[in-house]
Amino acid sequence: MRGGGLWQLGQSITRRLAQADKKAVGRRYFASEADQKKTVLYDFHVANGGKMVPFAGWSMPIQYKDSIMESTVNCRQNGSLFDVSHMCGLSLKGKDCVPFLEKLVIADVAALAPGTGTLTVFTNEKGGAIDDSVITKVTDDHIYIVVNAGCRDKDLAHIEAHMKSFKAKGGDVSWNIHDERSLLALQGPLAAPVLQHLTKEDLSKVYFGEFRITDINGALCFITRTGYTGEDGFEISVPSENAVDLAKAILEKSEGKVRLTGLGARDSLRLEAGLCLYGNDMEQHTTPVEAGLNWAIGKRRKAEGGFLGAEVILKQLADGPKVRLVGFTSTGPPPRSHSEIQDEKGTTIGEITSGGFSPCLKKNIAMGYVKSGSHKTGTKAKILVRGKAYDGVVTKKPFVPTKYYKPS
Amino acid sequence: MHFLNSLAVVKDFKYADSHEWVKVDGKTATVGITDHAQDHLGDVVYVELPEVGAAVNQGSGFGAVESVKATSDIYSPVSGDVVEVNKELNNSPGLVNSSPYEKGWIMKVEIKDDSELKNLKNSDEYAKFCEEEDAKH
Repeated sequence: MRGGGLWQLGQSITRRLAQADKKAVGRRYFASEADQKKTVLYDFHVANGGKMVPFAGWSMPIQYKDSIMESTVNCRQNGSLFDVSHMCGLSLKGKDCVPFLEKLVIADVAALAPGTGTLTVFTNEKGGAIDDSVITKVTDDHIYIVVNAGCRDKDLAHIEAHMKSFKAKGGDVSWNIHDERSLLALQGPLAAPVLQHLTKEDLSKVYFGEFRITDINGALCFITRTGYTGEDGFEISVPSENAVDLAKAILEKSEGKVRLTGLGARDSLRLEAGLCLYGNDMEQHTTPVEAGLNWAIGKRRKAEGGFLGAEVILKQLADGPKVRLVGFTSTGPPPRSHSEIQDEKGTTIGEITSGGFSPCLKKNIAMGYVKSGSHKTGTKAKILVRGKAYDGVVTKKPFVPTKYYKPS
Repeated sequence: MHFLNSLAVVKDFKYADSHEWVKVDGKTATVGITDHAQDHLGDVVYVELPEVGAAVNQGSGFGAVESVKATSDIYSPVSGDVVEVNKELNNSPGLVNSSPYEKGWIMKVEIKDDSELKNLKNSDEYAKFCEEEDAKH
């Protein structure tokens, strides 16, 4: 038994690589394990049965004692606690931080009410995605940003370069990278009730996308009602010295119902919720329009542009993009990244970018790019897995209904 | 069955380094993946079965096992012709996890050359092999 591909490499600590050439890859991999960064919860993960794997330069838990399937189902039935400290949190400050950021992202940052945030995309000159990110306007002169771990160096270099030229022209903006903080994600139906035990903040008034700076379990935390699972929940930025205590308190208050959950289940959950994974479903050469994120382009931004790659993006909004990211369900083995998509006649129409077996739906789900015209829900297709074609159909996302906490 | 580090091996079966087992009964060999393999794979969601009548060769891929996150190729521990496949796995791929040596069997092969069996490990050798592999991680 052996496998190939990124996830399998990440799982090699729990999987056997039987062939000699694969063993060589395995050995090189293990020699570099010492170079992996550790979050402050590393020992806590190991003590709780975490299976650690390298991920974007960090040693992270892919799962704990329960299986990825059990973890995923438990998140939606009860709740999950994720250590996402590998992601990079930063604050932009200064009276011009809003116009500064608007040059780099597609969001209407000016229109965000203080204490609210949104998913956005950092674009390049060709309109392609540098990264996706959750940005929050704390106040008019403070924006809190979270970017992907795998894009940290790239994103920070990009922001820094633009900051330099902005300041040279007299703009007032500075930044603070929150390496002194750790990030936890608490997701699922028990997230709010459990977190409420640990804070005086009235969480019933904190809606999806909203932000607060508040005391949680005796530490000053930033909380955003958001996540990467489709469930109600929070991302909690906590001073690193308080992170382990906060994690313990959350698990204790839930009486074991909220479980530590790893990256394996996190990926299943986000796929079920129809959310993009940067590096798979979105890359340097995919635009937000192609990725189905038209809604994230602010209305005023669509009219005015003023962000990197705006000409390309506005043209796609006018003419329609040539390819689109859509969801699929299929029979047979789960489609994986790079599986070819064909129409019923066998002509190639696209490629899968993410796929797997949905633990909650008990069927295959996937996302992929298809040429426009073949993207409508219900379009029948064929998906090639290991040379054989299996039936697929374009399916609306999210695959599992979302439970975002919104005002009624 | 006996247990080593809580994972089972069956005494009279033969084992490949790639974690498949074979039970030989005269000229017929039943093949599956071991408890060690299913434990590391996690929940099996799909098994790609070979075609009945197909030829398989010792050490060559004959199918695949899919878990939630990963695809694993499986290698035949024997050479011969596939005479039967476990169709139950189409409806219940989880049998590979719950019963890797019995209900989770994958294929039956009519062996051409039983001298090839000496290339495989016995249950003690395989258990030791797994222990050594696990110790490396």
